[in-house]
Amino acid sequence: MNKNANKKALDFLFQNKVVIIFLILCVGATVASKQPLTFVIPELFTRIARNSFIVLSLIIPVITGMGLNFGIVIGAMAAQVAVFLTTYWGLTGISGFLATAALTTPIAVFFGFLVGKLFNYMKGNEMIGGLVLGYFADGLYQLLFLFIFGGVIKMNNSTLMIPTGVGVKNTIDFKDTIKYALDTVPMLTIVEVAFYAVIIGIVCSTAFKLAKKQEVHWKVTILEAAAAGAVYGLTFIGPVERFLSTDRLLLLSAVEIGCLATVLWQVFRFAKWKIQTKRGVEESGPNRFIPQKAIAYVILAAAVYGLTYVPALFQVLIVVKLPVMTYLCIGALCCFNNLLMRTRLGQNMRTVGQSRTVANAAGIDVDKTRIIAMIFSTVLAGWGQLIFLQNVGTLSTYGAHTQVGQFAIAALLVGGASVQKATNKHALLGIVLFHTLFIVSPLAGKELFGDPVIGEYFRVFVSYGVIAMALAMHAWKKTEKPKEEEKEDSEDKSIAIA
Amino acid sequence: MRNPLKPLVEKFGLPRVIIVTFFLFLVAAAGGFHMNLMQLLSDCLRRWGMFGILALAMVPAVQCGIGLNFGISMGIVGGLLGGLIVVQFRVAEIPVLVNIHPMFAMWVAVLTAIAIGVVLATGIGYLYGLLLNRVKGSEMTVTTYVGFSIIAFMNMLWMLLPFTDGELIWPNAGKGLRNTISLAASFSNVMNNTLAFKIGSLTIPTGLLLFFFFMCFLVWLFMRSKTGMAMSAAGANPMFATAAGINVNKMRLIGTVLSTVLAAVGILVYAQGYGFMQLYNGPMMMGFTSVAAVLIGGASPKKARIAHVLVGTFLFQGILALGLPVANQFIPESNLSEVARLIISNGIIIYALSQVKGGSGRE
Repeated sequence: MNKNANKKALDFLFQNKVVIIFLILCVGATVASKQPLTFVIPELFTRIARNSFIVLSLIIPVITGMGLNFGIVIGAMAAQVAVFLTTYWGLTGISGFLATAALTTPIAVFFGFLVGKLFNYMKGNEMIGGLVLGYFADGLYQLLFLFIFGGVIKMNNSTLMIPTGVGVKNTIDFKDTIKYALDTVPMLTIVEVAFYAVIIGIVCSTAFKLAKKQEVHWKVTILEAAAAGAVYGLTFIGPVERFLSTDRLLLLSAVEIGCLATVLWQVFRFAKWKIQTKRGVEESGPNRFIPQKAIAYVILAAAVYGLTYVPALFQVLIVVKLPVMTYLCIGALCCFNNLLMRTRLGQNMRTVGQSRTVANAAGIDVDKTRIIAMIFSTVLAGWGQLIFLQNVGTLSTYGAHTQVGQFAIAALLVGGASVQKATNKHALLGIVLFHTLFIVSPLAGKELFGDPVIGEYFRVFVSYGVIAMALAMHAWKKTEKPKEEEKEDSEDKSIAIA
Repeated sequence: MRNPLKPLVEKFGLPRVIIVTFFLFLVAAAGGFHMNLMQLLSDCLRRWGMFGILALAMVPAVQCGIGLNFGISMGIVGGLLGGLIVVQFRVAEIPVLVNIHPMFAMWVAVLTAIAIGVVLATGIGYLYGLLLNRVKGSEMTVTTYVGFSIIAFMNMLWMLLPFTDGELIWPNAGKGLRNTISLAASFSNVMNNTLAFKIGSLTIPTGLLLFFFFMCFLVWLFMRSKTGMAMSAAGANPMFATAAGINVNKMRLIGTVLSTVLAAVGILVYAQGYGFMQLYNGPMMMGFTSVAAVLIGGASPKKARIAHVLVGTFLFQGILALGLPVANQFIPESNLSEVARLIISNGIIIYALSQVKGGSGRE
């Protein structure tokens, strides 16, 4: 029994070795950098807000079996073309940001389509192909920004263009245009917009059902509308309104709200379970309500809440301010990734990812599915780059996109993903670990070797190294597989004999 | 009526036709702008010899079956270390050698550097080959990132290695080696200047070209040898080679080591022609340039010959040598030629990759 538990623990350690190594590395580097957590953690949350979206955009191609999509660089370029144009047209604020996102979409769809088409010609070589394609596209991008803007298309704007009038300047400042456009959307506005969206949604679905002569659950519909109205009504209460009128949420408040929400959710489920068991309806499936589990969740929430009273943690929690809208976007993308997998298209993608031959035999259009996956990934990467740019506030015209793919992929891999498997959890965990290392390694390099440059080289090495390792391990597994299967066969036989 | 150009296009391949046309266009444009064509041509020749051996490193790699070796940076760092050691010990300034002839001392220096580089590259290449034998089928992706990683790793080492010579380290007690290291005091231009002669304004770097051709000849000779033949067989059809009693893994190992060693030699020949050694991220994209050169010459990820190296390097470097001055005539002080280089070199790699399988979804 004990032996078995040991083996399990070892297996767990082995399967999560990358995460564990980086966890140790992060903690070690943080300690070595001698920086207080009140510096590291706020910086980390800024970086999570900036980079999560683009890392999450990598997941769909992995599921579709196209490996790590180095082609997201092209999505980032699409975003930069769009953001340059909207800046040139003088669009500002959140409306400017939304217009940029709207403009990014068709460009990225088109690019994604082309990339997908090309990748269908190099099946099995998508990763190297995507990498080279990124460099190739960089050449075209430079051609566009250095010679076509101003050279072929006349543009008169002394703040954006090089004095000669041909070519775009090295950096574009978004200070007066879209800087923090998304980050500074007040919570009040979010609640308001969400309320109207819910009402419109309810009305539309009811109208649809009526038109289709389907049964309408009036009771449920009215309850939903009332709940939305009640939440919206809450915002008119003075203290709540004041709390919501800011755009940043204190991490402390976020943790408190999270704990409260967990408890309320478990209570709600408990009530639902009680009613259902009274009626004699049994829930089944993995989401079945288990009282023990619920109690564990409640205790956990209480413990987390209790931890906020620890002075050291409290100090950190009150300095971190989360940009609400940005985090909501990231959350929405996580949900989207999960929901997509429940649709027919998502299932097709998964099948294509597991075996193109099987997918083809099952009547799935493999090439089309792969192209759709690339379009999704490219568009999401474009939006991700916009979120990044509005937070950073400046665009380095010829450099902002070059490292996007490499850093995003390294972050995903650090979180424990592989060439064939990636989830939201891997992405988020990876961002935390990778960017912690990014923040502290120059400082650690300075403390350990007396030179911050070594730390910088180290983090670059880590990002390349982790990709190289992941690719090599993937290839290794692929060649080892036949042997392993044989081994398993023989093991089965030996068991049968025994 | 049949298009008379069609068989020609089929024989040479579309990209080569485009590249040759582009090259001829550049020559014509340079002539049209009244530039000194002879001087430009000598520049082409110089670059041909400088980059040739790096491109030559692709031949054994492709022939032994590991495909395009984007990871020649493994060999390059070996060569750079050799060069650094020679500069550190000031081999080119040893009085005994200088007394015979200054040029002789420089040759000793560069050959010593090459010898050290070869030894290091053999070791690195062996380990590298062992890795590549474990990742059959995905070599190109792995080699690219292993190549990037070694560059990033060496970036740290360049900061920490205990070199002390003033030519090498930053002045004013800075930390680590310099970004670019001048070879003026050691073996700068030694091959270029040996036996060089002028016809009008056309300079022929005889020593450099002879060394390049000599290396090509050695590789050619090796490919004709029993081992070389076995290696090509292992690369072309591993199953058949195994059946014929060839140790495929060993052949791949030999090919990888040879490719890495040639890269080490190549970077030193390049450095002596350029007059500087570039450390840190300098050699990062060298693999891509070399791959693009052989592909332009007509190689594929499955097949590469010496002729491909000769033709490809000349065309590619010729375009670069001519491109810069011609582009400057169109738009002064622009980096149009740099942009063109990015597009051409990466475009040809993408083209080659898309030709490998040319699959449809129904397989």
